[in-house]
Amino acid sequence: MSDYNFAYLDEQTKRMIRRAILKGVAVPGYQVPFASREMPMPYGWGTGGVQVTAACLTPDDRLKVIDQGADDTTNAVSIRKFFQRTAAVAVTEHTGAATLIQTRHRIPERPLIAGQILVYQVPIPEPLRFLEPRETETRRMHALEDYGLMHVKLYEDIARNGAIATSYAYPVKVEGRYVMDPSPIPKFDNPKLSGTPALQLFGAGREQRIYAIPPFTKVVSLDFEDYPFEATKAPHPCDLCGDEGSYLDEVITDDRGGRMFVCSDTDHCASRQAEGHGGRLSTQGDAA
Amino acid sequence: MYVAVKGGERAIDNAHAFLAEERRGDPAVPDLSVAQIREQMALAVNRVMTEGSLYDPDLAALAIKQARGDLIEAIFLIRAYRTTLPRLGYSTPVDTGKMATTRRISATYKDLPGGQILGPTFDYTHRLIDFALAAEGDAPPAPQASPLGDVPRVTGFLDREGLIEEEPASDATPGDLTREPMELPADRALRLQALTRGDEGFILSLAYSSQRGFGRTHPFVGELRIGEVAVEMDISELGVAIEIGEITVTECETVNQFTGSKTQPPQFTRGYGLVFGQTERKAISMSLVDRALRWKELGEDDTGAPVQDQEFVLMHADNIQATGFLEHIKLPHYVDFQSELELVRRLRAGMTEAAE
Amino acid sequence: MTPDAMTGGFADAPVQSACGFRAILRALSQPGEIVAVAGVRPPAPLSAAAGTAALVLLDGTTPVHLAGPHACQSVRDWITFHTGAPLVEAEHAMFAFGSWDALLPVARFAIGTPEYPDRAATLIVEMDRLDSDGAVLRGPGIETTARLSLPELQAFKVNRALFPLGFDTLLACGDRLAGLPRSTIVEDV
Repeated sequence: MSDYNFAYLDEQTKRMIRRAILKGVAVPGYQVPFASREMPMPYGWGTGGVQVTAACLTPDDRLKVIDQGADDTTNAVSIRKFFQRTAAVAVTEHTGAATLIQTRHRIPERPLIAGQILVYQVPIPEPLRFLEPRETETRRMHALEDYGLMHVKLYEDIARNGAIATSYAYPVKVEGRYVMDPSPIPKFDNPKLSGTPALQLFGAGREQRIYAIPPFTKVVSLDFEDYPFEATKAPHPCDLCGDEGSYLDEVITDDRGGRMFVCSDTDHCASRQAEGHGGRLSTQGDAA
Repeated sequence: MYVAVKGGERAIDNAHAFLAEERRGDPAVPDLSVAQIREQMALAVNRVMTEGSLYDPDLAALAIKQARGDLIEAIFLIRAYRTTLPRLGYSTPVDTGKMATTRRISATYKDLPGGQILGPTFDYTHRLIDFALAAEGDAPPAPQASPLGDVPRVTGFLDREGLIEEEPASDATPGDLTREPMELPADRALRLQALTRGDEGFILSLAYSSQRGFGRTHPFVGELRIGEVAVEMDISELGVAIEIGEITVTECETVNQFTGSKTQPPQFTRGYGLVFGQTERKAISMSLVDRALRWKELGEDDTGAPVQDQEFVLMHADNIQATGFLEHIKLPHYVDFQSELELVRRLRAGMTEAAE
Repeated sequence: MTPDAMTGGFADAPVQSACGFRAILRALSQPGEIVAVAGVRPPAPLSAAAGTAALVLLDGTTPVHLAGPHACQSVRDWITFHTGAPLVEAEHAMFAFGSWDALLPVARFAIGTPEYPDRAATLIVEMDRLDSDGAVLRGPGIETTARLSLPELQAFKVNRALFPLGFDTLLACGDRLAGLPRSTIVEDV
C-alpha cells in the first residue's frame, strides 16, 4: 500500500473533505454535501467515516476504531488495519488514550475529553428520509425548519404503542435549529451527544454528506412534554464486570434460554475487570 | 463461547487465504491468464470498463479474475483504483461521426449512406449451445470487408430536414459526479454520466418498463454504432489537439415520439447512450432512460412512472453504492437489535400489566 | 512571476496540511481558542497563519478574493503557484484574505442559501493583535464564555442574526490563528 498517499486519499480529496468538515462545524447539525470518493471498502461499511478520519489524521494521532462498541469486531479490525497500513498511525483500544475514535453504532462509555475527535459512520444521514424519501423535499424542510412531519411520526408511535417506538438512530435537534440523525447509536447513547468537550464528526460516504457537532453544543432528543425522552438499556448489570450503568450486549449461551449480558464497550468492560470489578459470571470460565 | 468474538484479525486473515484458494480453484486446471479473459470474455471486460468508468481492458480483465467472475465486484475494484489516479488533463469530446465502425445498424431506414453493417452480433444466432466450443479448436477466420470511410449519422439526415429536435454543440464543461456531489435536479450531461456508470440490469429494467407503458418513450433505434474513436487532448503549449489513443465505444441514438405545438411544427425527439466497448444492450437501455427522464423539458406529463423520476433513477442506478449498502446488513447490528429487543420487551410488559 | 512565489510552501504537504488542518479545525470548533501553526513562509503581507490556511484549504476549485494590500503581485503569484485557486471578486469568493478594513463591507461575501448554507465564504482576516480579550463569545464550541479580540462587533452580530446563513471567519496574526464560525454569539463586555 506504500504506493498510496498518506492516509490513502490524495491531497485534493482531503482538501475537499476538510472544507466540508469546517462548514459542518460552522453550521452544527446541517448535512454538508461532499464529493465522496470510491474507497477500497464497500459503501455502507464505513466509507464516510473512513474519509473523514483520513482527512483528519496526523502522524501524531492515536487511533481507536470500534464497531458495536468493540475494538475486536471484524469491521473495526479491518478499518484499523487500513489506517495502520496507509497512515502508519499509532492505534489504541483505550478510549482515554485515543485522540481520534472512529465508531459505528456506539459512543464509548468513558466520557470523552477535550481535544478528542469522535468520527461516526453514518448509513442514512437524513433523519427525515423514512418519512419523506425525496432529497429535494427534505432539503426544503430543513431550509424552512419544517419538522412537523417528524413530530407527527413520533406522536403516531405513542398513539399506537404507548411509547415512542424508536430505539436507535433516535432524532435529535442541534442548537435549537437542525434536526439530525445521530447515526444508528442506541438511544441510550443520545444524552452523551450533548455538551461533550470532544468534537463529533459524522461521515456518510454513499449519501455524500458530512456533518458535525462542535464541543459543548446543545443536542436535544426529540420528545413530548407528556412523553419525555428516556435513555433505556436492558435492566441488568454486566455479567463480566458488574457495571449497572453500561450498555449491554445480550449473548445467547445455550438453546435452553440461557443468556448473559455483557458490556458492548469492550474497553470499558476490560478496564473495569482489570480494576477488580466482577459480575455474575466473572469467576467461571474464560472471560478474556 | 463469548471469546468467539475475539481474534477478528486472525479470522479476517484466514478468510482471505481461504478466498484466494477458492479463487484459484482446482490447481490441476490451468490458471486463467489476464490476456485470455481480455480476449475471450471481452463483453464482461467491456461492462466492467463502462460501469467502472475506466478504459483499460487489461486492468478490467485482471479485476474479473480477482473477483472470481463477479462483475460487480470487479467494477468495484476498478472504481476504487480509478479514484486514486491523478487527473493529468481532460480530453476533447470524442467524435463518433469519425468512428471506424465495426457494426452500424439503423431501424429507421432500410438502407442509408454508409450501409447497414451487422458486425459481430449475437442478434441472428440461434441460441443453441455450441458443444464444439467445449472441445479445443479455433474458429475459422471471418471474411474481410474493405475498411469503410466516415459513416454519417442517421440523426444528421433528420436534422437536415428539421425533423428532429436540434442538439446544438456546447462548449460548456460537463459536470462530473465523481468529483462533485450530485445535486438534484441534475442536468442532462450529469444524468448521462450516471446512466453510463449505472448498473446494466437496473438500466435495462427501467428501459423495459418504459416500453411496457410506465413512462412511454416510443423509441426507434435511429442508429446503433460500434467502433473505434480517437481520443484527443488539447496541449495548450502547442495550441493543437493531439491523439493520445483509440477506444472502442458503442453509441445509440434513438428517435422518439414527436412533440409540437400550434407555433412549433412537430419534431422527433432524441435519446442518447454512449458506453465503452461493445456494450449495446446497455447503450440502447440508456438512450431509452435518457429520453424518459427528459419529460419535463419536452413538456410531457408526469405519469408517475419510475423511469420518469430523476431522483429515483439517479440515486439507485449505481451498483457499487447499492451492493455496498445492501450487503452492509451482514455487518454486526447487535447494538441496534438489542435496543429493539429491549423496547419490544418493555412494550409487551406494559401490555401485560395493563391487561392484568 | 515574482521570485519568491515558488518558495515558502509545504515541504511535506500530506503531513503539514494534515497538521495545519487540525489546528484550523480546533480553532473553528472552539471559538476563542488561539492555536499556533508553523512551517509556511508566505510573502508579506500574508501572515504565516493565513498562508497555512491558504495551503490547507485552497485549490483550483476554490475561488479566492485577495483584498487591499493582499492583492499585491507577490501574494497573487504565491497563491496561484501553490494552490491554483482562481482569483475573483469578493462576491464570488469562497475564501477571502485581507485586513478587516480591506475586507469591508463584509455584506459582499456569500452567506449561503437556505437549502445550501454551506455555500458561504470563509474570511481569513489578518490582525495586528490576537488575544483572549475583548468581545465575549458564546455558542457551540464554548463551554461557558470565551473572549477574543475581534476587529469589530456589529458585523459579527449582524452575521449571527442570519444563522444558519452567514460567513465564517478565521483570524490570523503571525503564526497564530483563531476561529469565529457564524454560529458564535458575540457580545460587548
